[in-house]
Amino acid sequence: MEPVLTIALAGNPNAGKTTLFNHLTGARQHVGNYPGITVEQKEGCCLHQGRGVRVVDLPGTYSLTAYSVEELVARDFLVNEQPDVVVDVVDASNLERNLYLSCQFLELGVPLVIALNMIDVAEKRGVTIDAEALSSRLGVPVVPIIARSGKGVDRLLDAVLATAASARPHPVFLRYGSDIDQALTDMTDDIAACTELTAVYPQRWLGVKLLENDEQIVRKTLEAHPEAGKKLIARCESVGQHLQHTLGVYPEAVIADHRYGYIKSIIHQGVVHRKFVADRLYASDKIDKVVTHRILGPLIMAGVLYCLYTFTFSYSSVPVEWLEKFFALLSTGVDTLLPDGPFKSMLISGVIDGVGGVLGFVPIIMFMFFGIALLEDSGYLARVAFMMDRIFHFFGLHGSSVMPFIISGGIAGGCAVPGVMAARTLRSPKERLATLLTVPFMNCGAKLPVLTLLIGAFFSAHQARYMFLSTLAAWLIALCVAKLLRLTLLKGASTPFVMELPPYRFPTLKGLFIHTWERTWQYIKKAGTVILGISILIWAMMTYPELPEARVAHYDSLRQEARQTLAVDTEGLAAALAKIDTDKAQDGLRHSIGGRIGLALEGVSRYAGIDWRTNIALVGGFAAKEVIVSTLGTAYSLGEVDPEETTSLQERLDKDPNWNPVVALAVLAFIMFYSPCFVTVVCIARESGSWKWAAFSMLFNTVFAFILAVAIYQIGILLYPR
Amino acid sequence: MTIVNLRTMAINQSGTIVAVKVGGELGRRIREMGLVPGTEITIKQRAPLNDPVALRVMGGTLTLRNNEADYIEVEVAS
Repeated sequence: MEPVLTIALAGNPNAGKTTLFNHLTGARQHVGNYPGITVEQKEGCCLHQGRGVRVVDLPGTYSLTAYSVEELVARDFLVNEQPDVVVDVVDASNLERNLYLSCQFLELGVPLVIALNMIDVAEKRGVTIDAEALSSRLGVPVVPIIARSGKGVDRLLDAVLATAASARPHPVFLRYGSDIDQALTDMTDDIAACTELTAVYPQRWLGVKLLENDEQIVRKTLEAHPEAGKKLIARCESVGQHLQHTLGVYPEAVIADHRYGYIKSIIHQGVVHRKFVADRLYASDKIDKVVTHRILGPLIMAGVLYCLYTFTFSYSSVPVEWLEKFFALLSTGVDTLLPDGPFKSMLISGVIDGVGGVLGFVPIIMFMFFGIALLEDSGYLARVAFMMDRIFHFFGLHGSSVMPFIISGGIAGGCAVPGVMAARTLRSPKERLATLLTVPFMNCGAKLPVLTLLIGAFFSAHQARYMFLSTLAAWLIALCVAKLLRLTLLKGASTPFVMELPPYRFPTLKGLFIHTWERTWQYIKKAGTVILGISILIWAMMTYPELPEARVAHYDSLRQEARQTLAVDTEGLAAALAKIDTDKAQDGLRHSIGGRIGLALEGVSRYAGIDWRTNIALVGGFAAKEVIVSTLGTAYSLGEVDPEETTSLQERLDKDPNWNPVVALAVLAFIMFYSPCFVTVVCIARESGSWKWAAFSMLFNTVFAFILAVAIYQIGILLYPR
Repeated sequence: MTIVNLRTMAINQSGTIVAVKVGGELGRRIREMGLVPGTEITIKQRAPLNDPVALRVMGGTLTLRNNEADYIEVEVAS
C-alpha cells in the first residue's frame, strides 16, 4: 500500500475552496484550531484510485505576506509540513486577481495544481479560458472544475496524483525590474550564508521577502544570522530609499507590479477570450443596485436582520423547550429515585442544571449558525458590513461587527454566547477582540426577566419606555466602551476595509449543514466540559457550608411548635410550615460561601445602594442572569420564584425600605453591564484564544458596571433625597 | 486626461490607476486585491453614509473606505 498523500487546499476567500473541500471529504472531516490562535484548521480525507488522500483546508488568503494570522498559518504549513501537492483553487471569473496568489506559490516552488473553479460562471459572463494554454504558460497542471456539482474533480485528483509522483519543482524565476533584480543579485552571497533559512526557504524567495520587509523573515534572519542579516537589511533599505527617491514607490509595490505584469503577460497571450465586452451589468450588480441602495438598502437590511433574529430565537424555542422538559423530567426522576442528601443536591443543582444549561444553548447556536451560514454563503453578509462600516468604524470596530451585536441582544432578547461565536466572521484581530469584549453589554434574553421585574416594580407607569431606553443604553455603552478599548488596550490602526463583495450565490444545502454542525459540535465539545465544572462550583458556593446543627434544630423545633399550635387549622399550618421552610432557605443561603461573599461585599456595594441580599443574587447571576430572580426570591424568603411570574417579588421589593427607584436604577445598570455569565466567559476564552481576555472581561465589566451604578446612586440620592 | 483622487470619483465613472502611494499593511492589502497602476476601475456604489465605496476591478467588486481611497490616484477622461 502506498503511503497516504497530503494535499493542501489554498486559494482566495470566495474562490470556492470550502465547497471543493466539502465535495472531496464529505462528512469525513475534522475541525480544530491551530495551537494558540483562533484560525480554524480543517482536515479530511478521501480515496482516489485506491490511494488515501489527506486533505488540509488552508485559510483563504489573497497573498502570502506575514500580515494576518491566516496568511502566516498558510505559509508556515506549506514550508514546514511540505504537503505533497498544493491545490490552488482559482475563481475563473476573476482570474487575474486570483493568479496573484498562484504566482506566489510558484515563487515559493511548491508542487502546484491549479483548480480552475466556477468555469460555468465565467462562461455565463462571456469569458472562456483555455486551460491547456494557461497550463503550458504557467508550467503547472490546470484543471477546470465546478466544485458545486463536482464536475472535473476526478480529473483534478488524477492531476494531483501525477504531480505527487513527479519531482518537486524549482521556484519560478520572476523579474522584478532592474533595481530590485540588481539588489537580489548583490544579496545572493549574504543570503547563502544564512544556512539555517536556506535549508527551509528558497534563496531568491528569501531575498524578495526581505525586500518586501516581511516581519517574520526579517526577524528570523536577524535571530539566526545577525551579521549577514544586518548587511541584508541595510541593502534592502538602500534600495528602498533609491526607489522612493527616483520613483516615489516602495520596493514591495514594485514587486507587486511585476507580479501583475507577469500574470498579464500570461493571460493576454490567448488564454482568456471574451465573447462580449467586459463590465456588462451582471446579475449581482443588478441585485446590489437595490440591496445596497441608499434608502432601500438599510430598510432591507433591517428586515433581513429581523428575520434572522426571529428565526434564531423564536424557532429555536421549541427544541429549547423540549430540552428543558427533558431535563426537568430527569431532575424529577433523580429526585424520586435517590434519597435526600448532598449527592442528590449536587446531581440536580450542579450536574443536571449545568449540562442542561450547556445543552439549552445548542438549538439557539445551531439556528443562529445556520442563519449566518446562509447570509455568509450567499454573499449578503459582506453587504451588511459594507453598509454598516461607516458607523462601526467610528467606534473603532468593523462593519462585520454588526452581526455579533445584533445577535447578542442588539434587538433585546438575544444571547451573548452565539453572539461571541458569531464574531468569527471578523478577520481583523483588534476589531474582533473589541467586539468580543463589548457584545456582552447587550440586553440578552436572560437579563430581560430581571429588567422586567425591576422596571415593573418601580417604573410601572413607563414600562415600555424604560425597556426601550435600556436597549438604547446598551448600544451606546457597548459602542463607547469599544471605542475606549480601541483607544487604549487595543490601540492601533484599523484594519483596512479592502474587502471583496463576492457575487451573490445560492448556498448549497450540504455546505450549510456542514457549517452549522461543525460549529455546534465545537461548542458542545469544548464549552461543555468547562461549563459543567463551573456549574458544580457555583452550586457548591450556594450550598456550603451548610447551616450548623443548632440552627437546623431550631427550625425543626419551630415546625414542631407550629404543628402543635395549628393542629386543627390545616391551611394555616401549611402556610406556617412554608414560611419556616423559606426562612430556613434564606438562612442557609446567607450562611453559604455565596451568602458570605454577598454580606462581605455589602461594605462596598452600599455605595451603589445595593444590600447583601441583592449581592447574593448578583453572585448567583454569574451562573446565568435569570438566576438573579430566583436567588432574590430565596434571599427575600419568598421560596422558589418563577422568573416568568414575579408579582410577589415585585410587591416585596416595592415595600422594602432598602429599595427605591434610585436603587432600582443603579441595580438595573449594574445588572446590564457587569460580568458576563460564565458560559459567555468560557466562549470569550475560546474565541480570543486566551483566558486572559476572559478574566479581563469579568473584571473590567464588573468594575465598569459598579462605577456606573455608584454614579447613578450618588447622583440619584442627591437629586431625590429620601 | 486628468489625474484625480479616487475619493472624488463619481458613481459609474471609470479610470485607470496611475499610483498607489502607501506602504505597509494597507498598501499590501490594496495591491493584493489587484489595485495596482495600470488597472482599470469603475466606481459602482457608495454605502448609505457615502463611505465606504464599492468598485469594479478585474471582474470582481471591492470595497474601500474613503480615507483608504485617498492614497490611490486615477487617470480619468475629462
